[in-house]
Amino acid sequence: MNRELRRISLVVAAMFLALFISATNLQVLSSDSLAKDQRNVRAIYDGYLKQRGAILVDSQPIAQSVPVADAFHFDRKYSSDMYSAITGFYSYYQGATGLESSANDYLSGKNSAQFFEQLNALFSGKPVSGASIELTIDPKVQKAAWDALGNRTGAVVAIEPSTGNILAMVSTPGYSANKLAVHSGSKSQANYNGLLASPGDPLINKAIGGSLYTPGSVFKLVVAATALESGQYTVTSELPNPPSYTLPNTSTKIRNSGGSTCGGTKTVTLLHALQFSCNIPFAELGVALGQDKIRAMAKAFGFGQSFRIPTVATASVYPDNMDDAQTALASFGQFDVRVTPLQMALITAAIANGGKEMNPQLIENVQSSNLALLSQTQPSEFGSPISKSTADGLKKMMIAAVKNGVSTNGQVSGTTVAGKTGTAQNGGNAPYTLWFTGFAPADNPKVAVVVMVANGGGLGQNGSGNIVAAPIARKVIKAVLNK
Amino acid sequence: MSSNVTERIAKIVRVVPRNRNTELFLLLFALAINAFEVVQVQLSTLQAVTGDFWFYWGALAGAGLLLHLVLRLRAREADPLILPIAVALNGLGIAEIYRLDIAALANHQTELFAEKQVIWSLVAMVLAGAVIMYIPSHLVLRRYVFIAGALGVGLLLAPMLPFIGKTINGASLWLSIGGLTFQPGELAKIALTIFFAGYLVQRKDSLAMTGRTVFGIQIPKARELGPILAIWVVSLLVLVVQHDLGTSLLFFGLFLVMIYTATGRAIYTVVGLGMFLTGALVASRTIDYVTKRFDAWLNPFDDGHYNAIGGSYQLVQGLFGFAHGGLLGTGLGGGVPQLVPLAESDFIVASLAEELGLAGIFVIFTLYILLVARGLRIGFNHNDDFSKLLATGLSFVIALQVFIVIGGVTRLVPLTGLTTPLLAAGGSSLVANWIIIGLLLRISDTNRKEVE
Repeated sequence: MNRELRRISLVVAAMFLALFISATNLQVLSSDSLAKDQRNVRAIYDGYLKQRGAILVDSQPIAQSVPVADAFHFDRKYSSDMYSAITGFYSYYQGATGLESSANDYLSGKNSAQFFEQLNALFSGKPVSGASIELTIDPKVQKAAWDALGNRTGAVVAIEPSTGNILAMVSTPGYSANKLAVHSGSKSQANYNGLLASPGDPLINKAIGGSLYTPGSVFKLVVAATALESGQYTVTSELPNPPSYTLPNTSTKIRNSGGSTCGGTKTVTLLHALQFSCNIPFAELGVALGQDKIRAMAKAFGFGQSFRIPTVATASVYPDNMDDAQTALASFGQFDVRVTPLQMALITAAIANGGKEMNPQLIENVQSSNLALLSQTQPSEFGSPISKSTADGLKKMMIAAVKNGVSTNGQVSGTTVAGKTGTAQNGGNAPYTLWFTGFAPADNPKVAVVVMVANGGGLGQNGSGNIVAAPIARKVIKAVLNK
Repeated sequence: MSSNVTERIAKIVRVVPRNRNTELFLLLFALAINAFEVVQVQLSTLQAVTGDFWFYWGALAGAGLLLHLVLRLRAREADPLILPIAVALNGLGIAEIYRLDIAALANHQTELFAEKQVIWSLVAMVLAGAVIMYIPSHLVLRRYVFIAGALGVGLLLAPMLPFIGKTINGASLWLSIGGLTFQPGELAKIALTIFFAGYLVQRKDSLAMTGRTVFGIQIPKARELGPILAIWVVSLLVLVVQHDLGTSLLFFGLFLVMIYTATGRAIYTVVGLGMFLTGALVASRTIDYVTKRFDAWLNPFDDGHYNAIGGSYQLVQGLFGFAHGGLLGTGLGGGVPQLVPLAESDFIVASLAEELGLAGIFVIFTLYILLVARGLRIGFNHNDDFSKLLATGLSFVIALQVFIVIGGVTRLVPLTGLTTPLLAAGGSSLVANWIIIGLLLRISDTNRKEVE
């Protein structure tokens, strides 16, 4: 019988092995997908029953959990609407968005950096308090951007070119995340419905996406970068400059913005074309370069990529398979070219940083509930989309645009600003999208700033990037440099 | 003088059995862990250690030490690992059930389990002690083989009787007499193991030797297949009438393993398994209740099954519990296992998985493996067939039950209504499993004496 017993022992071993595998699968391999199931309320219970980590700016909480005497134990409090795009909301009923969602592993205490606290919790039964995250945001810059945008719908992104640190990220209109964190389900739902219906889509972070925006002339930076990088053009290369231009294989004629002749000469330099934002020379330049080269350059800058800060940004788009007419339109940022303000900020920061593009980041460090440093974010390089000499060429043209071109409202006394405005058409009578992107000081850049104002800034088709967006950027730059 | 001392030391060493000291050491270790568990539950839910500690820990500790004394007196050479493992599991179960009670109280619920669990543990351990005290050798059980058989089948089928049979949650596993509910299937497994062991010892030669050989495979005589058919019919009756795949599978699996051990002929197992699977498959397609359980098992996340009454809600919530526990768990008292229906009984493993994590689950599995391995070892070491079969059957029935229950909760096999041995809340289950522990200890003691 011992032979049989030995085989039965093997059967028993196999049964337990199956149980081991089954439990491992549930608790390790598929635990994430089970945790994300809508019907699994444990994560939310958890989030409210123990102290969630705070989101800090300059050591001051912009979102924090404070103890209250109801069934939820903790209340989530947000300091100001101007941070709503960054924090998102954390709601028992509506889920979470923004950093509350993308940095949840830290805030809820579920990250690997808190392994020892988790181990301790196993023995003490004391739940792990969430870790706090300190942001790269500079509150003065954030406030300046928020105030400057005022009641316009739009976004501002300010980045330190050498590190990729995001100094300000504003999206307007903002909203009060407190209204969604309330503990009453009906109130929370009513507030949520109200925000969904309110004009300007406050729940969407316009700085990193949701919907994308037509860049208009700020996209000329990418086309100019392609030209310089190709080796066939320099800043002083002459481009054809007719008063009107018939799109290839069509009878459609295009003119420069405002019907200008862009100096009226037969040809203009690349510098002149960018300085005065002439559409026709850029349309012809784009067709001459070809869409493939421009697309490759856009991709090198990050188009088609979803940056994580760690909130996921929408990928910007340079269209595929265009004909020459469409390529011509795309060369001054029209047709189906669509971008996020963050993407434009990254391009500008790369130019400011001598061609080296840094990954954008919003989290500076992570601290445990007892203020021990859990992790410190290090600057990381996204890539080098352009050479130093191309970057210098672009900078020269952008300085000219602000000094005595079409972007003069970007000027800041006492420093040299390099910049480019954009006034993008959205078809028909739709209001323009107004842009300014630039950096300062030009010789030692401390900040790259992008301003995007949607809905024409309330001026319909009468506004321009220089009138509306550039003054906002100027205030942001001042806030950075006046420190 | 000095030779006198060495003689005396040698005598003491011989008189004090090594096994019992090992057992005492392990038992104290198990009790220390149990104490730690109860303290942790109190600290994390009540923020203080209260006098209740002495009830939820002390009772089990006292009974465990008492059983140890009984073993010192009556079964000195018994296996030293079995008692500490059983106490460790029982104590862990009490701690978790106590923790669920505290959650239930906070929720203004009135149905509590921990106090009953402690009292039933005491009753069960006293019965285990009685088994060791009053059964001098398990061989006497051979005299009652057929009584055990009749008793086993009777207990198994009793819930089908009118008036006293009771259906809870769709399965008719219960007897209700004078307000006390009782799961007779739990005791039936002991009676039937004794019956199978006795019966197979008598018949094993004819079962093993007879029959023609076809294509090199020995086909048993039709006459010898009779009893197998009878057991198959009883198992299917349990499935069809009582709606319980778990109990049905448990008994049939136990029988197949024991007949294989006795005869060494895999053909019985193959044919038997084929018959059972055919029966179960037919039942799963024709009996509405069983069909639902099967479908809920295959597609638990479908909203249709999830929201259906008797659907997969419980199973899925249990899976969420497992997932929530992760690698290390939330710590006792840190999770929300009370979200799962029957978290204290059928789903106690999901509760423990949530609060102790995969690490804790591995420890629990390892305890069961050790327990079963010690039981099978007792079978190995015995020379007579009855002892071998009895020890094998009793150990295997624990292993199979653990597999069916935990497999059900982790969605490895369809969910059934069995209880996790020694962990789950429930008097019948505790009594039956502690009697099995008592019997294994008794068999192992006789065994060791023979070896000497």
